[in-house]
Amino acid sequence: MTIKLYGVAMSTCTAKVLACLHEYGAEFELVPVNLQNGEHKQPAFLAKNPFGQIPALEDGDLTLFESRAISTYVAEKFKGSSCDLLRSQNPKEAALVKTWMEVESQQFSPAISPIFYQSIIVPILHGGSPNQAIIDESAAKLGKVLDVYEKKLSSSKYLAGDFYSLADLHHLTYIYYLMKTPYGKLINERPRVKAWWEDISSRPAFKKVASGLTLGDKN
Amino acid sequence: MATPVKVHGPPLSTAVSRVLACLIEKDVPFQLIPVNMAKGEHKSPDFLKIQPFGQVPAFQDEATSLFESRAICRYICEKYPEKGNKGLYGTNPLAKASIDQWVEAEGQSFNPPSSVLVFQLAFAPRMKLKQDQSLISQNEAKLEKVLDVYDKRLGESRFLAGDDFSLADLSHLPNAHYLVNAAERGELFTSKKNVERWWGEISSRDSWKKVVDMQKQST
Repeated sequence: MTIKLYGVAMSTCTAKVLACLHEYGAEFELVPVNLQNGEHKQPAFLAKNPFGQIPALEDGDLTLFESRAISTYVAEKFKGSSCDLLRSQNPKEAALVKTWMEVESQQFSPAISPIFYQSIIVPILHGGSPNQAIIDESAAKLGKVLDVYEKKLSSSKYLAGDFYSLADLHHLTYIYYLMKTPYGKLINERPRVKAWWEDISSRPAFKKVASGLTLGDKN
Repeated sequence: MATPVKVHGPPLSTAVSRVLACLIEKDVPFQLIPVNMAKGEHKSPDFLKIQPFGQVPAFQDEATSLFESRAICRYICEKYPEKGNKGLYGTNPLAKASIDQWVEAEGQSFNPPSSVLVFQLAFAPRMKLKQDQSLISQNEAKLEKVLDVYDKRLGESRFLAGDDFSLADLSHLPNAHYLVNAAERGELFTSKKNVERWWGEISSRDSWKKVVDMQKQST
């Protein structure tokens, strides 16, 4: 039975899971959710995610929401393949992966998400004007987080060590969109962060996902 | 005999208390190392070596160093599966995935508004800082919506992730405790039947009572 992922390719959180599924070469079906029609707030979808947000995953009898829980589940399900994004066999490495996954969740995302929301979602989906004060405040916070990353990446190639892991992967989709805004400079101004970004975004699994991250594209 | 693990930080910190609750549930011996935050010890070069974001807690288990309370909790459960509460992080992959999902819900949906309220209502007055009423009302409204989802869930399930107390419920204890006992917001929990029942159960666990004692003794 195939994994079903409910969501849309251009969504940062759905795409986070897509990147993980592609890294593992997992078979899955992306089931679109019609956000414009409010499908995500209807009872059928709320049964999958009571918070009414995408993505949600179905695998046999299991239904899961929260992109980071989903990607962790995928990584554990396909453990033992040549792909190893959790480093489960090495407790010390696995501990560092856990730590930097939480850093992305608790330090990085809260700082970057308002920039993404104001710069891309507000003008494109709501036809409004970005709130520059919110952007500036978030850019300052994100800068401080990225200063820590710059220092960390001087002693290891990736965030949790010299190996690519879910900790790095979880950053891909927000940074991809950030680079479409003037705030991409926060990445470009930091040489090691920039090099890390260029490395992780050039992975074949991510390139498959990036082609779907079309919010803000002028077409 | 293994060296006790080390937790750096004050028990009054919500993130530190999250880790302490987990250690006590798992019956893992630990040493609590004070960090003088009033004197800025958490921003000192020595502390930044073990927690580069300058926050508490930091954690050491012999040669393994971690930070971010939820990462530390997961690490403790995975390293010591046979100690204390064996089901705290599930005893099979499906249970673990469900627990991860609700730990993420806590981190992404419950924590942001509840943290703001705890700071504004419990800490700001004691630190003689001015409260921001608009921030308080916005976050009360957000938290209400989250607790509505919880109330529905807890009508279907005894605890968030299933029939057993888990890391998902534990993760909520620190902020909820302050909301009820230091911020006069108990009504957020008592006004919803299933949430009230759940809060009563989880807050009366021996492990949490011990953490609250540690908090009281530290003042």
